[in-house]
Amino acid sequence: MYGIYDFVRGPLVWVALIIFVGGILYRVISMLMLARKKESLIFSYMSLWYGLRSILHWIIPFGSVNSRKHPIMTIVTFAFHICLLLVPIFLLAHIILWDESFDISWWSFPDRIADIMTLIVIVACGYFLYRRLVLPEVKFVTSASDYVLLAVVAAPFITGFLAYHQWFGYKFMLILHMLAGEIMLAAIPFTRLSHMLFFPFTRAYMGSEFGAVRHVKDW
Amino acid sequence: MSEPAERLEKEVEDPGLDKGIEGLTPEKIQKVINRVLQGETGARLKVYVDTCVHCGLCSEACHYYLSHDKDPLFSPVGKVKQTMWEILKNKGRVTPEFIKRASRIASTECNVCKRCSMYCPFGIDIGYIMLTVRRICHMLGVTPQYIQDTAHSHAVTMNQMWVKEDEWPDTLQWQEEDARDEIPKLRIPLEKEGADIMYSIIGPEPKFMALLIYQAAIIFETAGLNWTMPATPGWDNSDMAMYTCDNEIMGRVKRVHFETARRLRVKKIVMGECGHAFRSVYDVGNRWLGWKMPPIPVVHAIEFYYELLREGRIKIAKKYEEPVTFHDPCNVVRGRGLHEMARYVVNAMCDNFTEMQPNREHNYCCCAGGGVINCGPPYKMTRMLGNRVKAEQIAATGAKVVISPCHNCHSGLEDIVTHYKLGTHVKFISDILYDAIERPGAV
Repeated sequence: MYGIYDFVRGPLVWVALIIFVGGILYRVISMLMLARKKESLIFSYMSLWYGLRSILHWIIPFGSVNSRKHPIMTIVTFAFHICLLLVPIFLLAHIILWDESFDISWWSFPDRIADIMTLIVIVACGYFLYRRLVLPEVKFVTSASDYVLLAVVAAPFITGFLAYHQWFGYKFMLILHMLAGEIMLAAIPFTRLSHMLFFPFTRAYMGSEFGAVRHVKDW
Repeated sequence: MSEPAERLEKEVEDPGLDKGIEGLTPEKIQKVINRVLQGETGARLKVYVDTCVHCGLCSEACHYYLSHDKDPLFSPVGKVKQTMWEILKNKGRVTPEFIKRASRIASTECNVCKRCSMYCPFGIDIGYIMLTVRRICHMLGVTPQYIQDTAHSHAVTMNQMWVKEDEWPDTLQWQEEDARDEIPKLRIPLEKEGADIMYSIIGPEPKFMALLIYQAAIIFETAGLNWTMPATPGWDNSDMAMYTCDNEIMGRVKRVHFETARRLRVKKIVMGECGHAFRSVYDVGNRWLGWKMPPIPVVHAIEFYYELLREGRIKIAKKYEEPVTFHDPCNVVRGRGLHEMARYVVNAMCDNFTEMQPNREHNYCCCAGGGVINCGPPYKMTRMLGNRVKAEQIAATGAKVVISPCHNCHSGLEDIVTHYKLGTHVKFISDILYDAIERPGAV
């Protein structure tokens, strides 16, 4: 078990981080190069002002008409994304690892808060699963890969939660947790989780078209 | 759940699709699809497909989806799934039957009104994806026959309705003569170089709505403007080739239109009450020709009337009293933000105006635009069943008249108010404005 632990805690972290960071750079740069080569019009229509205006309206909860039409989804998805981004960065246990390895540390959430935020992510994943299984308009466009992606996102949080509460064997769960986290990091650039990278671009482009050419709101 | 679409499928016979797929094989289809995807698309399509998380939040944007009791076959992403996703999954190797269905979905079950782009959290341009599907179908020769005929008319005559070169000035002269009974010194100036304004309209106006030319001439005359119309091809600003995605023909048509304005050395082009033509001149055709924005200022009728009223060049003598509502056409409202100007005009000439809900850029599409009504009688029921929400929206206002400054909306709404027996009439702004204004020179 310790052999696996050291492997997952050591080299595999590096592999995952390199795929994550390298993958992000590769995806964004190759997208920009493709755009320059074949659709340079995108750059001439991009407007910083209208792009940011659009992004701002869509990253504020209930800032768009559609988000007001789906209040539960809006609350769940905002809570989910905020917790998903913040918990891994500000979890005390993670910061201790950074401290041990690189001698750097920063402010952390109290464990109780982090625990609740983790639960929020897990419950939100359950809600997304419910939407895929039950709502006809979501079910119709759902394929196996959507369930896999949902599992990839939920797994680090479920295993992390179980490890923290020391259920089902701490060491075992910890290994699973690190593995799940590494899979998720590596998956982000190369799956539809890449919406994390492309959101600012697609939103800003539509915002620019709607703002500068069409002279209307896009929210 | 999939019943409505299958039922419709059986009703329709369209030689453009039925004959179009004869002779196609999966190999030929794959070759053409890859030529389009590799040659003509790039970062946008790739990012849109990679970014869509299949959340279904675009669904409620679509009037087809809402009107079919939330049948997911008609949601924007549902239509992308049935067309582009399948194409990409199979690397373009799809059957002729699939192409027929894809052409039908893209050409008649989507108005490319782009309302869904305002509902997608990522701002994915689903209209662009559907147009890419249409482009593929065009390259394969599988386009609904009626709209294809219209595109042929554009290619041959540079107008939408096979109007012959002598019929055009004849029609203008006829309208001029009629209008002179009312204002004796009125002229419809033809080929007047150096005029301030070139007035351009769509093919159906001389073909079967010549009265609109009469009304426009009265408004121009009353406002005392220095205007002209061309006597040559280039007078028609409409563009169904844009909607069949025959971009090459679209480019030719737009070039003639811009060059005609240039030849007449006018300061700007004023366009009649048409939405798709505005999209073509202001947003799409100009890009194909390499212009970021139109090379000559383009003013839609709404903005034109707004300026005339605001500057006092025309004055309202008697307001229209019937209760009216206003339908925001996608191409000039979601496409150009003219909604407040339109309300200024409507309030100036009407006493009793009620808003539709939702309105402005969130208005439901008429279900006729985007070339759908131009796909002809085989698809009339597609439009009627696909836009029940519009009928409900109009009925809720209690208005007797729907004003819509767009030809496609106008014809589409006429069909809807008739089909759903609303007892409502549809009018252009100019129908009411013509009646309402002071006409100083009139006898």
